[in-house]
Amino acid sequence: MGWLLALPFLLPIASGLLAFAARRNTGLARGISLLGCGLLLLVTAWIFASVSRQGPLVAQMGNWPAPFGITLVVDRLSAIMLLVTGLVGLAVGVFALADIDRRRERLGFQGFFQLLLAGVCGSFVTGDLFNLYVWFEVMLIASFALLVLGGERQQVDGGIKYVALNLVSTLLMLTAIGLVYGLTGTLNLADLHLAIAAQGESVAVNALAVLLIGAFGIKAALFPLFFWLPASYHVPPVAVTAVFAGLLTKVGVYALIRTFTLVFPADLEFAHNLLLVAALLTMLTGVLGAAAQYEFRRILAFHIISQIGFLVLGLALFTPLALAGAVFYMIHNIVAKTNLLLISGTVRRMAGSFELAQIGGVYRASPLMATLFFIAAFSLAGFPPLSGFWAKLLLVTASLEEASYWVAAVLLVTGALTLFSMSKIWAEAFWKEHPGGGALALAALGRPEQWQRVVPSLLLVLVTVAMGIYPEPLITFARDTADELLNPAGYIDAVLSQSPD
Amino acid sequence: METALAVLVGAMTATGVYLMLAPNLLRYLFGLILLSNAANLAIFAAGRLTRAVPPLVPEGLDVPPVPVANALPQAMILTAIVIGFGLLAFTLALVVSCYRQLGTLNSDTMRLAEPPAAGGEH
Amino acid sequence: MNSIILQGATRLLVALILLFSVYMLLRGHNQPGGGFIAGLIAAAAFILYALAWGMAAARASLRVAPARLAAAGALLAAAAGSLAALAGLPPFTGLWLFIGGSETAKGIPISNVLLFDTGIYLAVVGSVLTLFFVLEED
Repeated sequence: MGWLLALPFLLPIASGLLAFAARRNTGLARGISLLGCGLLLLVTAWIFASVSRQGPLVAQMGNWPAPFGITLVVDRLSAIMLLVTGLVGLAVGVFALADIDRRRERLGFQGFFQLLLAGVCGSFVTGDLFNLYVWFEVMLIASFALLVLGGERQQVDGGIKYVALNLVSTLLMLTAIGLVYGLTGTLNLADLHLAIAAQGESVAVNALAVLLIGAFGIKAALFPLFFWLPASYHVPPVAVTAVFAGLLTKVGVYALIRTFTLVFPADLEFAHNLLLVAALLTMLTGVLGAAAQYEFRRILAFHIISQIGFLVLGLALFTPLALAGAVFYMIHNIVAKTNLLLISGTVRRMAGSFELAQIGGVYRASPLMATLFFIAAFSLAGFPPLSGFWAKLLLVTASLEEASYWVAAVLLVTGALTLFSMSKIWAEAFWKEHPGGGALALAALGRPEQWQRVVPSLLLVLVTVAMGIYPEPLITFARDTADELLNPAGYIDAVLSQSPD
Repeated sequence: METALAVLVGAMTATGVYLMLAPNLLRYLFGLILLSNAANLAIFAAGRLTRAVPPLVPEGLDVPPVPVANALPQAMILTAIVIGFGLLAFTLALVVSCYRQLGTLNSDTMRLAEPPAAGGEH
Repeated sequence: MNSIILQGATRLLVALILLFSVYMLLRGHNQPGGGFIAGLIAAAAFILYALAWGMAAARASLRVAPARLAAAGALLAAAAGSLAALAGLPPFTGLWLFIGGSETAKGIPISNVLLFDTGIYLAVVGSVLTLFFVLEED
């Protein structure tokens, strides 16, 4: 069992190191990286199948018993996050073949990409707060490298802002961990639940909660801590932005959900209110920021922020339905958002720019690409029968059940403004005539590049459509996940009763 | 002793934050170093300060014969130092390349990745 | 830096420091020490060499590219942790083999922990030197 749970991070680490060592032989490095992505998807699918059949899986690293050793735990939330990470990893891995230039590959792109996946997967499987910090750092170092790899002036400029703010988050998290340990004497998440419950609602527990909201809030790009995101997400190659957009901020949200359902008691009034206010402001500022932009990728980057608000809102409402909505929304959003960024890269390749004023005519050049964008974008805006509709329906219903009418109102306004931004992109990039000469047709790109660009987008669109027209299994799964999160007794039992083999 | 450490952590954090608010990136980096060490000291203090020996069990015994120091915070600090070392080294390299490529260390003038201002001026 | 005293002393010191780093690596087994600190010491030896004889000489004396050394070290550490699979134990479980051990004597302990530490040693030397060379050059 221990091996199955360690594979999601051991595999990418191994393939990343091998790909890095072979980076000058780009063909070999690509092969290793793609093989790594494929195996990762298989492993995560296997873990997902086992967890949904038999409940949380637990393993102890180095055979040290919990809570002394490092525990790996995969419950339903971790399992589905792992699965979607495997999916996004493979899609972006294939897309990167067309998008990343040879120079960046020789500098070690494939190695850092795999290391990023290792960090993300490690964060999802660990059951230990300090280990979570270590995986965050693995992810952070890989993302630093990916962001500035190539060293263009713009990249350095955006990179400085990204690095500067994310390091603050790191230090906040480290301080919080030190204080948690000083207060309770343990860092195992399951054990922490018991230790913090024994503290009662003290000033110290509230202070820790706020400190962790600060630390994870910067990672998740929560209002008012999101300024690093629009300053940096549009500078690296689009494959890098796509994997960042799909996974990085979501790990921050995952950490928030994990700590506030498992570690802290359910009646932490102050922190939940803080999360609620931050979530609503995040939704509004993100979507308003997007409305003011005229660059394809910057619009999408601001939408990432707005959608983080939806996820945190689900956590802040703290009802079974709201949490289920957050889980569903997370899966839907990772798939749709990654896909939109991949499509933006292809559109740029065809029409020559990210600036909406300078492009157009993509619908005429490639109806297929336009259809893919249409489906992904309108799913993001929440149109039935696409996946985003069900995600928003769950969240709106949850807020109405709580009689929080103004929350529901903000949700709907944000949805309308999202639609506005998406229509703007549709009208400017796809519908209007290209201002200079017209866009390249897909067929003009050559066969391998065409496949490498279209297949990942097509795969992700199929997932979006499948989740939209047949949402029942995922909704059931999300509800089970929410129940599991709100009643952590099963998780804690599974961890603490585990005796070493 | 913990009180003295707490005061020290506070002083280092204050100095670090003050430096980090400066527009000069090098000052920012020095502030970050101070802050990172303040975090390490906080973990160290959280493990309780005792005058004790390393937690090694002599041969033939199951538990150490005398009170030993808590090894876990030290292990965590070591990990944090290693990670911090890597991150700060990366940041330093980035600041150096920023100075070479953009010719400035003043973060207020770094607007290359921002959209052009509405009036057409930078 | 072109100082004959530094250059002369470095010849001797580098050998001593490298030896000391191996001592620290092995000592880490039962006493304070270990792969990380030993790796830093070894990296310091090469940095001293670079200061005395120049970057090119230091690179040449290392023989392999430091980035490759770091990747190899990390792979070695991962492989050492994965050895536990052969014994059917969870990842990173310590495996011990006592050569010449008997009822009374403990024998010479050989373990995958030492292998892991050696991997860390190489990884630290490699990454510190990669960074140093990048920062020092041009």
